[in-house]
Amino acid sequence: MTVEECAQKLSLRFLAGEEGAQTEISGGYVGDLLSWVMGRLEEGQAWITVMGNINAIAVATLKDASCIILTDEAPLDEDARRRAELEGVPVLVTDKNSYQTALALGQALL
Amino acid sequence: MSCIKMKYEVPGDDFTRAGEASSMVKRKLKQLGYNPDAIRRVAIAMYEGEINMVIHAGGGVAEVEVYPDRVEIALIDQGPGIADVEMAMQEGYSTAPDNVRSLGFGAGMGLPNIKKYTDAMRIDTEVGKGTTMYLTVKAK
Ligand SMILES: Nc1ncnc2c1ncn2[C@@H]1O[C@H](COP(=O)(O)OP(=O)(O)OP(=O)(O)O)[C@@H](O)[C@H]1O
Ligand SMILES: [Mg+2]
Repeated sequence: MTVEECAQKLSLRFLAGEEGAQTEISGGYVGDLLSWVMGRLEEGQAWITVMGNINAIAVATLKDASCIILTDEAPLDEDARRRAELEGVPVLVTDKNSYQTALALGQALL
Repeated sequence: MSCIKMKYEVPGDDFTRAGEASSMVKRKLKQLGYNPDAIRRVAIAMYEGEINMVIHAGGGVAEVEVYPDRVEIALIDQGPGIADVEMAMQEGYSTAPDNVRSLGFGAGMGLPNIKKYTDAMRIDTEVGKGTTMYLTVKAK
């Protein structure tokens, strides 16, 4: 499933990095502590979080996450949005919480 | 390819630029066609070291040497030093202040991540003088 297909299935809205929409999603990882995610997220996974700052973009880029999904309508900082555009990291947002989003992603990936 | 050297200034307390040096090194290694697993491990280790210099040491310098069989990284700062390295290496140990925690730092996982993803790690530190960390990532 690509990021774009995931966006349609889970009703996610693109905030940045739409050029990465065709990236394949291999799974998901949920977490808000950056070095926790740094150590455990695997390449290609969708990162489900409420952290919309520039450091989150750095982590997603360095770890080659397929996308960031911001849950609970968590905000994306303006400098983070610009960095995500520059790096081509898709950032999407949903009004659902992280549990609901992980559940929906898991079902969509079956 | 003999040895390629890179050097980056890491500014202190500037979280908007934190991660730049590791991103640049990752890009450079990709251009060189370096071993992907080694690139991944260098990116993680260097990011954590860089962020630690930003948060805990008021910035520093990152020196990277790329050899065909390994990458060597030195992270040098003139910060407060680490009083108890063994304690600092424990998962979950952190002295990160609240304003930094609200940005997502302070899990106390940075140094354990570095240990996990490098082949060698050495910390030279002196309280009041600073810290230098030497990291080696082998290209297997
Ligand atoms: N360069 C440094 N100078 C001084 N103290 C340091 C330095 N690097 C680490 N420390 C000390 O070691 C502790 C543990 O570091 P570690 O990277 O594991 O966790 P953290 O930076 O606090 O949180 P996290 O990395 O999970 O965001 C820090 O809280 C700090 O007290
Ligand atoms: Mg740290």
